[in-house]
Amino acid sequence: MARAAVERIKPVLDELAVEANREAQALEGLIHEKMRLGIVSALAASGSMTFSELKELLQTTDGNISVHARKLEEAGYISCTKTFENRKPRSEYVLTHAGRVALEKYLNHLEALLGAMRKR
Amino acid sequence: MAHPVDMGDHAIAQIRYIRQTMERTGSFTAVPGWGGVAIGLTAIGAAALAARQGDLRSWMLVWLTEMALAMAIGCLGVWRKTHHGDKSLFSAPGRRFFLSFSPPVVSGAILSWVLYRHQDGAVMPGMWLLLYGAGVVTAGAFSVKVVPMMGLCFMALGAVALGVPMETGNWLLAAGFGGLHIGFGLWIARRYGG
Repeated sequence: MARAAVERIKPVLDELAVEANREAQALEGLIHEKMRLGIVSALAASGSMTFSELKELLQTTDGNISVHARKLEEAGYISCTKTFENRKPRSEYVLTHAGRVALEKYLNHLEALLGAMRKR
Repeated sequence: MAHPVDMGDHAIAQIRYIRQTMERTGSFTAVPGWGGVAIGLTAIGAAALAARQGDLRSWMLVWLTEMALAMAIGCLGVWRKTHHGDKSLFSAPGRRFFLSFSPPVVSGAILSWVLYRHQDGAVMPGMWLLLYGAGVVTAGAFSVKVVPMMGLCFMALGAVALGVPMETGNWLLAAGFGGLHIGFGLWIARRYGG
């Protein structure tokens, strides 16, 4: 009887899992990409990081960090302060409130997706 | 439509990536290797000088001068390594590192004062090595793996030093603050960029 009940709700759970994934991708299209997710996660853990620290941590190139950080900045997920130290430019990034909320939502969606998978 | 199993695998991979990134971010990587080597060399000199002193006061004065010098070299080394790599000295991992390192070291300073007032220097070498090692182990939780390993070696040496006469303890200080700093300093400098 229990088996029959599980069989009945299985298509609904499958649909829920697909829906959760679709929502996650639509909502967090920005932080879903690996490099941007790395930047947001690193800033969530550290509070603030310089351009060089992010580059070293994520093992990538200057151009890559610049492109992805700019996209996150345009979305209002991170903010950047540019200063000069010994005539050398220094960019320091912090996660904004919107960025933290986006990461939390993304994690909630991943959690919901895994929850739906387990129930199948 | 994406297959549900693939989506589950993807979700797990994304969560794992977030966790690993956050863990790596939490490491203080500016522990100075070459600074450690310099501290080790001055410590060996201090041990040789301290061995010639006839009373507890002068012996302590030599080691306290060495500790002040080591602190200055250490701070300079950290500043140089962070500055060179365009890193932040007061990042969250850096703050956690120093906050964890300080309590055992401050406890050591207070206990040293009490022992000095009782003219009991025999346990000082062991106590210094043990508490410094404890500070390095706790702070090392926020740094690269080799740092807590170095702390454990200091603690082991401290345990040995607690059971030997003060003259031998002085040479164990040389082995710890000198030898261990030089050995691990070279390792850190070669593996972790200076």
